Amino acid sequence: MSDEPIVTVEQVYAVAKLFRLQWEPAQKAYVLLYPEGMVRLNQSAGEILKRLDGKQTVADVIADCEAAFNAQGLAQDVIDFMVGAIRQGWVLRV
Amino acid sequence: MPSRNGVGMPMWLLAEVTYRCPLHCVFCYNPVDYAKQHRELSTEEWKRVLRESRELGAAQLGLSGGEPLLRDDLEEIVREARSLGYYTNLLTSGVGMTEARIAALKDAGLDHIQLSFQDSTKQMNDFLSSTRTFDLKMKVAALIKQYDYPMVLNCVLHRYNIDHVQQILEMAEAMGAEYVELANTQFYSWAYLNRDQLLPTLEQVERAEAVTDAFREKVKGRMRLFFVMPDYHATRPKKCTNGWGNLFITVQADGTVLPCHVAGMLPGMTFPNVREHSMEWAWYDSPGFNRFRGDGWMKDPCRTCPEKEKDLGGCRCQAYMITGDVEAADPVCDKSPHHDRILESVARARAGVTEKPIVFRTDRESRELMKQCGGEGLKTDERRMFEPGAKVSAPNTRIGRDTT
Repeated sequence: MSDEPIVTVEQVYAVAKLFRLQWEPAQKAYVLLYPEGMVRLNQSAGEILKRLDGKQTVADVIADCEAAFNAQGLAQDVIDFMVGAIRQGWVLRV
Repeated sequence: MPSRNGVGMPMWLLAEVTYRCPLHCVFCYNPVDYAKQHRELSTEEWKRVLRESRELGAAQLGLSGGEPLLRDDLEEIVREARSLGYYTNLLTSGVGMTEARIAALKDAGLDHIQLSFQDSTKQMNDFLSSTRTFDLKMKVAALIKQYDYPMVLNCVLHRYNIDHVQQILEMAEAMGAEYVELANTQFYSWAYLNRDQLLPTLEQVERAEAVTDAFREKVKGRMRLFFVMPDYHATRPKKCTNGWGNLFITVQADGTVLPCHVAGMLPGMTFPNVREHSMEWAWYDSPGFNRFRGDGWMKDPCRTCPEKEKDLGGCRCQAYMITGDVEAADPVCDKSPHHDRILESVARARAGVTEKPIVFRTDRESRELMKQCGGEGLKTDERRMFEPGAKVSAPNTRIGRDTT
């Protein structure tokens, strides 16, 4: 796990089994719930994670985010986030 | 609705659904007077607690006890909780868990099971919980795996088992544990009564921590280990429950709503009960929950302490038990004028001073202690652990069934 995870656009990811991604109305945010803990996600983290459904490729997720936010050039941001999320154990490659 | 007047949301709900328990652990954190007259909340009452707390922002639910599996409506409570969006954690000894039960809980949407162990050896586990449960726990651990739950083990550490940390961790690894929590005993309730026997020496704690660190390195990526330090060996107190009425809300078996599970012993306070009040009122408006919010209640040395925001004066229950003053600094702090009381306990542990036999947590013992507290049978600090006004239940009756 000490090696830097390498994320490429054709890979497919899902939220790891240990975690549950959920919208919290009270916090107006997505959170990751896990045994006796909770991570509050910022908006972009929530938007990326909710698209990691075990079917869409990273390229699909990037395109989908760019469409949703009407923005271009989000690829590096998404990949950087993914690298962190893999390190945290939040997501697993399918 | 969430968050008003600068008061955060109660994100963590601890439901102590019953005080009945097949185990008799000497470090139990349930109130020493749990055998008081009371009536457990009904299924419908728990559902209301869950609904109202969820609306306030609660997302994590701990189902605890006693032994929560003794509630035969546990599956129904879990189903309601899951449908409301809680992440549902069952904190259990495993006694009462069968394959049928775990299948039903899984179907109801239970997210996670935390299994408690008392030690890695059969003899010590069975002695410390005063039962024969070790083999059963091993079977439950296998069921947890079989039903695809993350394996989370909890082991409370104290003088009798802290030298076995290596074996405890090896056992956890062999069982396929993903998380292991090694929590040093915090000295409240039953553990406080047994403090002379249970408090480890600083050398024991340091050795156990070093063993844990080495093991953590070995299992990196497969297991996560948590080592919770005992505060008696510290010089600054813990930020108890992350601040009074700040994040945690506890509902006891009889419906009492508390900022922490032992706060019921504090004198001069009235805590709300869900039978009379909403969870919203309890959290935001009740005098009990507002009593120690912020720092306006503090006295010196806390009031003028540059570190006061770090620990908020520590634990109110520990301060009261040891000093008799609910507003005193937690005596774990070396700025507290009562810190010598902590040092004295640590010195007694080192010298191995034990004046009384170990007290197992049983219904009979709880009733007996309540009677002694009414007389002169206990020390002053021990008497402080009893809820003012609680009445002892009749001998040999089932706990939590009184009609009042």
